[in-house]
Amino acid sequence: MEAFFTYGFLQRALFAGIFVAVACSMLGLFLILRRDAMIGHGLAHVAFGGVAFGLFLNMMPLATALGVTVLASWAVIKLKEKAGLHGDSAIAVFSSVGMAIGILLATLAHNLNVDLLSFLFGDILAIEPIEVWLSIGLAAAVVASILINYHQLMFLTFDREAARAAGIRPQGLDFQLTVLTAITVVLGMKVVGILLVTALLVMPAAAGLQLASNFKQALWISAVVAFLSVTGGLAAAFAFDLPASAAIVLLAFSIFGALFLLRRRKRF
Amino acid sequence: MSEEKEAQSSSGTKNALELVRVDGVSFKYDAGPNVLEEISLTIQAGDFLALLGPNGSGKTTLVKLILGLLKPLAGNVFIKGRPVEEFEEWPKIGYVPQKATHVDPFFPASVREVVAMALFSRRGASLKKSKEEEKAIATALQSVGMEDFMGRPVSRLSGGQQQRVFIARAIVHSPELLILDEPTAGVDAVTQERFYEMLYQLNKQRAITILLVTHDIGVVTMHVNKVACVNQRLTYHGTHEDFCQSEAFKAMLAAGHLVSHRH
Ligand SMILES: Nc1ncnc2c1ncn2[C@@H]1O[C@H](COP(=O)(O)OP(=O)(O)O)[C@@H](O)[C@H]1O
Ligand SMILES: [Mg+2]
Repeated sequence: MEAFFTYGFLQRALFAGIFVAVACSMLGLFLILRRDAMIGHGLAHVAFGGVAFGLFLNMMPLATALGVTVLASWAVIKLKEKAGLHGDSAIAVFSSVGMAIGILLATLAHNLNVDLLSFLFGDILAIEPIEVWLSIGLAAAVVASILINYHQLMFLTFDREAARAAGIRPQGLDFQLTVLTAITVVLGMKVVGILLVTALLVMPAAAGLQLASNFKQALWISAVVAFLSVTGGLAAAFAFDLPASAAIVLLAFSIFGALFLLRRRKRF
Repeated sequence: MSEEKEAQSSSGTKNALELVRVDGVSFKYDAGPNVLEEISLTIQAGDFLALLGPNGSGKTTLVKLILGLLKPLAGNVFIKGRPVEEFEEWPKIGYVPQKATHVDPFFPASVREVVAMALFSRRGASLKKSKEEEKAIATALQSVGMEDFMGRPVSRLSGGQQQRVFIARAIVHSPELLILDEPTAGVDAVTQERFYEMLYQLNKQRAITILLVTHDIGVVTMHVNKVACVNQRLTYHGTHEDFCQSEAFKAMLAAGHLVSHRH
């Protein structure tokens, strides 16, 4: 506890981590129910290309990754519409191209490897003050736009045909959801790394689905699980000198597992 | 053909309030064959219209054309006198899609939330419910006899109960027209009969016009007052009484489409 007040880097990690994880969990709930969770995984790979691009140009990698990933998310939507590809194939195309470009740029410029690794595995304790503000601001914007369109998004996710017939236009909301995913994935990359960011999207939301008997509850439980995972994970990482990303993800998984068992006991 | 003349004459008369006019509509999916050809029919305020036809005859397609979810290849659809592309008062039209009962078992929505999503999706930020809105939700659930299930997860209701919740969602705005696409598929006969009785009450007491889509010709023995038969083309469109004397009805009987006939 004292350490928290003593070390600025710990405070920064905690604040940014909590905001980003909560945004991820709320978005993740919609993605899971739309059977679209892998879009996060795919966009994380694109983000890798974006990070390498930033390091190559000697710019802020978080910013270039944001630009590239948001652009790619838009392209995924277009590819789905125009090329008649299924969502998962469109994502596969972009994630592998993103990865390939990342590897290419990393090899062309030397000495990128250490920095690039920190994005692959996450390095929340090394987050810069400006990145903290960017993360908090964007994560808050993500949560706000989900809440503003809460009922439309729920209706569209639950029953697309009926929602369209009720006058809800799906294109805008689909687009919004995909772009928000791109943003949160890039933010999550800083917290747990590209390889683990899907966990931040899926695990708290999956935990929420274990216990909730309505949508609001599911959203709340997801957010609380995300909060606990980040605080607990960071505490464990600091106390036992563990990698923060792994600690956060494994804690989230443990909570999910516990709720899963709890639900089974409740049912049978 | 006498049926075609019947179809023309009834769509030509302009009495009462015309809610829906389908005018010479043809449709096909992409490169496929024509699914619908030159369909013309009208729905008047107060009607309880059964849209009959075997599986694959184009009933669902016609409904989607009426709702503007598909664009006709030829012809026009008008809702309350306006071309469907320009129509904006969608809360006035309640829609229960076919297979709405195939609820994702993992979706954590309560009965109240399912009804509320239709009510609140018309407006922006506020998550607060007003007194009137709470009342609209309660009234809609009462109309379908599901008021005691508000807090229950929909995924844990029976198929028939889920169907009622979807109807509550469709009528929460007090629509003028309610469109139901095969609402009783997979529901047992007794529940079905109570279900049709409930629709009749909505039609009579709340003055909601109903378009009931079904492949079960048995519904003509229930409370419908108009019948339309579609099988790529419109084979009949007129009153319930005339239908029972018509060639279309006899042909359907002969083809064994009579699934259940109750009096
Ligand atoms: N999305 C679609 N793409 C291509 N063909 C379709 C599609 N939906 C329906 N069809 C075809 O159109 C015809 C009419 O279907 P439908 O309107 O669903 O009939 P019904 O509701 O009367 O059972 C069928 O032959 C069906 O195979
Ligand atoms: Mg159908």
